[in-house]
Amino acid sequence: MLGLVGVAFFVLPLLGLLGRVPWSDLPELMTSPVVADALRLSMIASISATAISLVVGVPLAWLMARVEFPGRALLRGIVTLPLVLPPVVGGAALLFALGRRGLVGEPLNEATGLLLPFSTWGVIVAATFVAMPFLVITVEGALRNMDRRYEGAAATLGARRWTVLRRVTLPMIGPSLVAGLVLTWARAFGEFGATITFAGNLQGRTQTLPLAVFVALESDRDTAVAISLIMVVVSLAVLVALRDWWGRAL
Amino acid sequence: MTARGLSVDLLLRRSDTFRLALDLTIGPGKTIALLGPNGSGKSTAVAAIAGLLPIDTGEIALNDTVLDNPDGRLFVPAEQRRIGVVFQDYLLFPHLTALENVSFGLRSRRIGRDEALSRSREWLARLGLSELETSKPGDLSGGQAQRVALARALVTEPDLLLLDEPLAALDVTTRSELRHTLDEHLAAFPGPRMLITHDPTEAFLLADEIHIIEHGEITQSGSADEIRLRPRTQYAADLAGSNLVAGVASSGIVNAGAQTLHIADDAIRGPVLVTVHPTAITVHSHAPEGSQRNSWATTVERVEQLGSRVRLRTGAPLPLTVEITEGSRADLSLEPGARVWIAFKATEVGVSRA
Repeated sequence: MLGLVGVAFFVLPLLGLLGRVPWSDLPELMTSPVVADALRLSMIASISATAISLVVGVPLAWLMARVEFPGRALLRGIVTLPLVLPPVVGGAALLFALGRRGLVGEPLNEATGLLLPFSTWGVIVAATFVAMPFLVITVEGALRNMDRRYEGAAATLGARRWTVLRRVTLPMIGPSLVAGLVLTWARAFGEFGATITFAGNLQGRTQTLPLAVFVALESDRDTAVAISLIMVVVSLAVLVALRDWWGRAL
Repeated sequence: MTARGLSVDLLLRRSDTFRLALDLTIGPGKTIALLGPNGSGKSTAVAAIAGLLPIDTGEIALNDTVLDNPDGRLFVPAEQRRIGVVFQDYLLFPHLTALENVSFGLRSRRIGRDEALSRSREWLARLGLSELETSKPGDLSGGQAQRVALARALVTEPDLLLLDEPLAALDVTTRSELRHTLDEHLAAFPGPRMLITHDPTEAFLLADEIHIIEHGEITQSGSADEIRLRPRTQYAADLAGSNLVAGVASSGIVNAGAQTLHIADDAIRGPVLVTVHPTAITVHSHAPEGSQRNSWATTVERVEQLGSRVRLRTGAPLPLTVEITEGSRADLSLEPGARVWIAFKATEVGVSRA
């Protein structure tokens, strides 16, 4: 019975949304420049954030799972922080670090002319910041739980460290890795607070789908609902399609 | 200092409470067994020799090459040692097929794909596994997995073979069958071989020399007979206790040379190994009457006190170790030279194919 309450809790908002969908105008709304730009940006940002998380997050997870060093517990706390912090705070912190006058942002701007805030790169950085912890935590847990004797067995067979990682460790934690990637992508796709704080809200440059919804809610309800529908459909499709992969590992 | 074969003289501290001290050599073509209870340091020894765990002091050398010598700041990592290991639980990579598991070592050593696969297929065929090439470890029986692990270790033609409890994960019937396979391939392997086990039968049957290891130290070394006849510790004595007799079975009788034994299994035929636990044997002053189908007269050769129990060694026609309570010893006034009858039930005789 309580389970059904739980079901209702998740299904009702979805029905609410579906009830408001302007079905007849839908094709026109979805192909409007604002929506098309936002969809393209959201895809670019979420996929880039996932790719960066893979390249940087897996070594980080490996470091935290396998190497003993002072301050490891603190580091784990810091890496987990974006999960619990209000994204707005994360965005503000990014601004202070990477903004035009920021700790790293100022020298970076002077040296390369690159300015992260209010650029698509800024969107990617914000999405990576809030989403990567999902990958790091999932992969770290998998590395800790893995039977390390398999890596020893691979070494006695002549495999160097990189071969061991590529042919034994990563395949053995494969399901967790995929789960982490799916969650990371999903979080990046839905990212709002850090993006609007750090990257701003410029159509075609930094306005992702969630930002477009936020703007449209004020002025154009039908567009807001249409964008929301896109987000629901895309997210649900990915989560359901890959359910076998990430469900196994979590 | 070094010579052909393996020489190990090491000290390794794993924690404040556990240290492993090991001093042994194995010549080419020889099998030694490291026989000890769980927690005695056997697997630590495997890790140290394989290069997965650096030693604290001493030296490990294989065929004139030093592999680990902390004083000389020398350590050859596992991937550069030519040591084939059959691990406890086999540790076959679960995401790879049997063929991929076997070819893993060759591929890691940069041998071309075609050659690696053909050599691996050859080994799988040699171990009767050709039909399982594409099976994943999860679909293999314990015996099949053991043979894949053996193929994986041997295909790289290592200089030393380490076997860590290679039969422990198997059920009793498969075990005696695979002990045979193992014996065959050990004999064909030209380098030194080291068998780590807690099973005395395995050690007695497969090894040329046995080192008993307890609490991280070797407490006794010698041939199977030396350990059986002159155990130096309680653990060795308990091991030795398992009377082990070779013979030929047919129709419920085992012909063991000077004496025939009755066994419960009528079906088994051919060469067998028979075990009788010392506590299963009773001692009498006259020919016993009762259900014990094995009984004969013999002489007491040796009497040893082991706590509240007494261990006897009997003489011809078939020397056995017998363990009785102190009370029975007093009743029978057993001294070396005494004539007695011993007896045990056919159902107390363990039989396995030799």
